[in-house]
Amino acid sequence: MRASRLNRPFQWFTVSVAEFLSRYMPWELACTLAALVHAALILNVIAVGALFFIWLERKIAGRIQDRLGPTRVGGKFGWLQTLADGIKLLGKEDLMPGGADGFLFKIAPYISFCASFAAFIALPFAGGDMPFVAQHLNVAVFFVLAILGLEVFGVILAGYASASKWSLFGAMREAAQVISYEVPLGLCVVVPVLIAGTMDLVTIGDMQSGLFTNWFIFHDPFCFITFWVMFTCAMASVNRAPFDLAEAESELVAGFHTEYSGLRWSFFFMAEYGSMILVSILASILFLGGWHGPFPIAEWSGLTTSEMFGATYLANLLGMTNVLIKATVGVTLMIWVRWTFPRLRIDQVITTCWKYCTPIVCFTFLGVLFWTYQGLPSLGDAMGTSKPLFSVHEVGSVHEASAVPHEKPPVDSIARVFGSRAFGSRALTSQSFESRAPGSQEAGR
Amino acid sequence: MENAIYWPTFFFLLFAALACAFSLGVVFAQSVVRMAFYLVLALASTAGLFFLAGAEFVAAMQIMIYVGGTLVLLIFGVMLTAQSPFVSMKTRGGDWLLAAIVGGSLLAVLLPVTVAVPEWRGMDRAEAEAIEVVPTATRLGMGLLGVRVDKNDQQYESLLAGMSGYLMPFEIVAIHLLVVLIGAAYLARPRRRREYSDGVPADTPVTTV
Amino acid sequence: MILAHLLNEPVGVSHYLVVGAIMFVCGAVCMATKRNTLGVLMGIELVLNGANINFVAFGSPYLQRGGSALGLEGQLMALFVIVLAAAEAAVALAIALNFYNNYNSIDIDRGDQLQG
Repeated sequence: MRASRLNRPFQWFTVSVAEFLSRYMPWELACTLAALVHAALILNVIAVGALFFIWLERKIAGRIQDRLGPTRVGGKFGWLQTLADGIKLLGKEDLMPGGADGFLFKIAPYISFCASFAAFIALPFAGGDMPFVAQHLNVAVFFVLAILGLEVFGVILAGYASASKWSLFGAMREAAQVISYEVPLGLCVVVPVLIAGTMDLVTIGDMQSGLFTNWFIFHDPFCFITFWVMFTCAMASVNRAPFDLAEAESELVAGFHTEYSGLRWSFFFMAEYGSMILVSILASILFLGGWHGPFPIAEWSGLTTSEMFGATYLANLLGMTNVLIKATVGVTLMIWVRWTFPRLRIDQVITTCWKYCTPIVCFTFLGVLFWTYQGLPSLGDAMGTSKPLFSVHEVGSVHEASAVPHEKPPVDSIARVFGSRAFGSRALTSQSFESRAPGSQEAGR
Repeated sequence: MENAIYWPTFFFLLFAALACAFSLGVVFAQSVVRMAFYLVLALASTAGLFFLAGAEFVAAMQIMIYVGGTLVLLIFGVMLTAQSPFVSMKTRGGDWLLAAIVGGSLLAVLLPVTVAVPEWRGMDRAEAEAIEVVPTATRLGMGLLGVRVDKNDQQYESLLAGMSGYLMPFEIVAIHLLVVLIGAAYLARPRRRREYSDGVPADTPVTTV
Repeated sequence: MILAHLLNEPVGVSHYLVVGAIMFVCGAVCMATKRNTLGVLMGIELVLNGANINFVAFGSPYLQRGGSALGLEGQLMALFVIVLAAAEAAVALAIALNFYNNYNSIDIDRGDQLQG
């Protein structure tokens, strides 16, 4: 059973925000506004997420240290503490050191924030028939990793432009750490890509539909190890304790952002929390099933196959809630680790990367290769809960993997809508309707 | 809406303008850190151009390896060799003139070539919108392993003959990178730079009685 | 208006080649004029990028009537160029650091010992 035909007008409506707006304004302005809507949604994820997670961090830090944390602003639990902090930061004096390179000093926080923000372009929040993703890229995983690696520029420029040796030391250490940890992070990410056969995050997520035994983390023991190594490398990559010597308050005053105050400093902070949310969502899509919960409630309640108006949209909302819950769990784990372990020295950080993480992940990579090559069953296969892991079909002369059996797109004009009307940038959309089925036949949630 | 803007062209012009502007910035910048920064932006704009041309894997690789790897290395080098601001390394005027002549004549040769061939000028909008979007990552991956899966789409017999896989260059590049890694680590190894007070150079072997 | 007409029509290979040419010439001028060794290295990167733009443009199926001229080769060559450029930049940087350690200056005009 494919998704309801009644959902198609809904899809047409939601996708063509630009067309809706173009009834009231010229086409160029309509497209720009529609793009701004997408951007505002993603900005909300980072901004509101940062707001919530900073509060959560202070609460968890307090509890771990046997105290209460914020309790005054906004009621008994201090909900609005972060808002009060934000207002305070806005009111601070905007100073710049005397010998600083003005242009680079000012632009450094924005580079960090833009890198963190731009990686959300390719990150899906719900998948299936109409994925909740800003740009459905074929090389989504690679793109996210590449953009994550750009955050280090903001840090280096901040350290250099501050004209202070403490800032420079912090910046150099952080740059060395981030680019070192890109190697095991990339290798860890290759493992689920290997199992899935595609770099498309929507497809990877959809392959883990059904019961939680289908999740890639339970696919084989090597994948399980890889998830924890990936989590460690991700924590190091976003400079989160115990790898946070770039901001080590006890050693470098405040590292690369010593000379930053007020709003400029808060951009660095938002970039850090944005990256934490990003790597948590990435890990959850690659290993923990993404928008599929442990039990496919949407499938059991018939939501995915229902003919009701907007049923697919509702199922997608459920999926998005799943993703956000998993991201919260990931970030909470990072916060927990931060306030439990002492900080590592720079040589210990680099040793962990090259002498522990990289060999372990190379070993697990070979293990997963061996597992899939020998056709050994995954946990989902062994427990009988898995759907066919992927179906191979022909696209021209290429066999491409997709989560569900291949079907011709039912309405060719939809392809035109996606392809040429929604901003017309074909290459950026990269949506080939041959290689993934529009009707989610068996996608459970 | 046939007179509406064609978004791929708009984005091409945007990225092309950024790439050219920042390349010129690299040429004319005074401080080497600013040069590195403009280079980062120029290469990132080039990645945008690659996305527009349909080479999404190459574009992601450009961002990850070129911008995120090579340029970070370059910036490290810039920081490690930073000189005091009183050392002036300005190019003399005569050198600028010579470079302008050479650069200008090269540009004057290249630009007419780019517009010479009529097939390169672009096609009609209707034809352009009718082209199907095809993802290339799988094809690239298979090509690097030696299997040319895009072969069957090739009509011209003469071109079919030259389409071999790229497995050999792939393996060569892997070994090459290993050699470069070892070589660069060896070349850049730290050496003791202590100078002895009586003028003996630092790396004469110390003999104890 | 010319710009309005330009914005309505798809681009072709020529447009990409122009950008590639400009980038190449900027890189060549950089290599010729900069006294900082790392400036010369940046020129090399620009030159390689200009060439890459050309490769990708010829390999793109969206820019030419009747499909791309090079097919997948365009992207594959660009891929190898990127990898080799990264390798060469690493070695060149190691050489530049050695130069700096020996002469205590990054000025490439100081390296004239073999001249004459």
